[in-house]
Amino acid sequence: MKLDWHWDFAFEVLPRLLWATVNTLTAAGAGYAIALVLGLILALAQRTNWRALTVIVRECVEFIRSTPLVLQVFFVFYVGPQFGINLSPWTSGLAAIGIHYSAYLSEVYRSGIDAVPRGQWEACRALNLPLRKKYLRIILPQALVPAVPGMGNYLVGIFKDTPILSVIGVAELMQMANTIGSENYRFLEPFTLVALIFLFISLPAAGLVKLFERRLRLAMGL
Amino acid sequence: MVRFLNVNKDYGKLSVIHQLDFDVAEGEMVTIIGPSGSGKTTVLRILMTLEPISGGVIYVNGKPLTHMAKAGVLVPADERHFRQMRSSIGMCFQHFNLFPHMTALQNCMEGPVQVLGLAKKEARERSEELLTMVGMIDKKDQHPSRLSGGQQQRVAIARALAMRPKVMLFDEVTSALDPEVIGEVTNVIRKLVAEHNLTMLMVTHQMGFARDISDRVCFFYGGKIEEEGSPHDLFENPQRDRTRQFLSAVKEAY
Repeated sequence: MKLDWHWDFAFEVLPRLLWATVNTLTAAGAGYAIALVLGLILALAQRTNWRALTVIVRECVEFIRSTPLVLQVFFVFYVGPQFGINLSPWTSGLAAIGIHYSAYLSEVYRSGIDAVPRGQWEACRALNLPLRKKYLRIILPQALVPAVPGMGNYLVGIFKDTPILSVIGVAELMQMANTIGSENYRFLEPFTLVALIFLFISLPAAGLVKLFERRLRLAMGL
Repeated sequence: MVRFLNVNKDYGKLSVIHQLDFDVAEGEMVTIIGPSGSGKTTVLRILMTLEPISGGVIYVNGKPLTHMAKAGVLVPADERHFRQMRSSIGMCFQHFNLFPHMTALQNCMEGPVQVLGLAKKEARERSEELLTMVGMIDKKDQHPSRLSGGQQQRVAIARALAMRPKVMLFDEVTSALDPEVIGEVTNVIRKLVAEHNLTMLMVTHQMGFARDISDRVCFFYGGKIEEEGSPHDLFENPQRDRTRQFLSAVKEAY
């Protein structure tokens, strides 16, 4: 069996794939933004003195982490309408992927916050800093720097998981490659290109995260 | 200024402070010495409200520290009361606990700006004055990681003083330092004693230092004061066996 690779076909479909890449990046970016904010809320909610809230949030995080992302995507999109929640594929996709990754990010934040030495909390109390300022100015800046590598991993992770959104018809890279393949009865070129596009974005992203962490440490004098 | 009345502190079944009665007058420098586990650091941590007490009442400046009067009865204090009481107390820690992501100057300005609501300019002037006093003004833009232990501790003293406390607590501030830099920190405290009318409570293992600067020395043993007196009396003429044993053990070590 010989490799039947058509360069002209590859170049012909590349623009459409690149266009779909924009959608993939948008989905990853927006989903990650949701996860960053929601994850922090989930992490902080587990540090309140309100025992019931802490337990509920803890269980929700465990539940989200223990069920597959693709199931959660289906659930939001197909089961949501039964509860009167009608969302477009884009909205439900972003919600599902954002919530899913917020559970993981909340764990990253949590371990970062736990790693801030006890003396820092005591110094905040000795200086009488109010709760909000204690977190915003002292604890979180110190918690986030060691959390950056973990956060970077999930940035690449969410990017690689966006193809799951194709199952509910979001026009991202995977969906486009599939469409192109079905139209032309040729799957080798579009799928290979998809793999290369993912590779070319993921690899530098990981390196940039490392660089960012180093810069951040320097800037903060750590 | 500070009054402990029948104060208890337990961790489960372990009693760390046992029925402690203890007074510190305004402007007085009191040093607490004693073997480890005698509860001396706990006294400071209780005062800074880092630890709750299990029983008794503490008065600071005439007001109950961990209680508040409600319809004539003392009830456990809420966070607002704690915040108000804490504002008159400052503390320096064994391990400095400076904020690592801020420069020396920023460390000193943080409290005045964020807690007292001072204007940046005023907080900066106050902080620079204090950093000059502790001899750290030329390092004001350095982060703690670039400073030696003695330098960090001097910045920490300036940071605590920037809040203008009435009572200063020093918790083994020289214990984590290399021997050659202990002097630079003790000299700052000597200066404070000489030039300011602060009420100070200090836990230390530097017996010579304690003898030089204290108005009164308390020897803690088993969660209470075993013996107290002027530095001269306590170090030259201890009355209790445990005090004598402790002092001779310490003398051998140094």
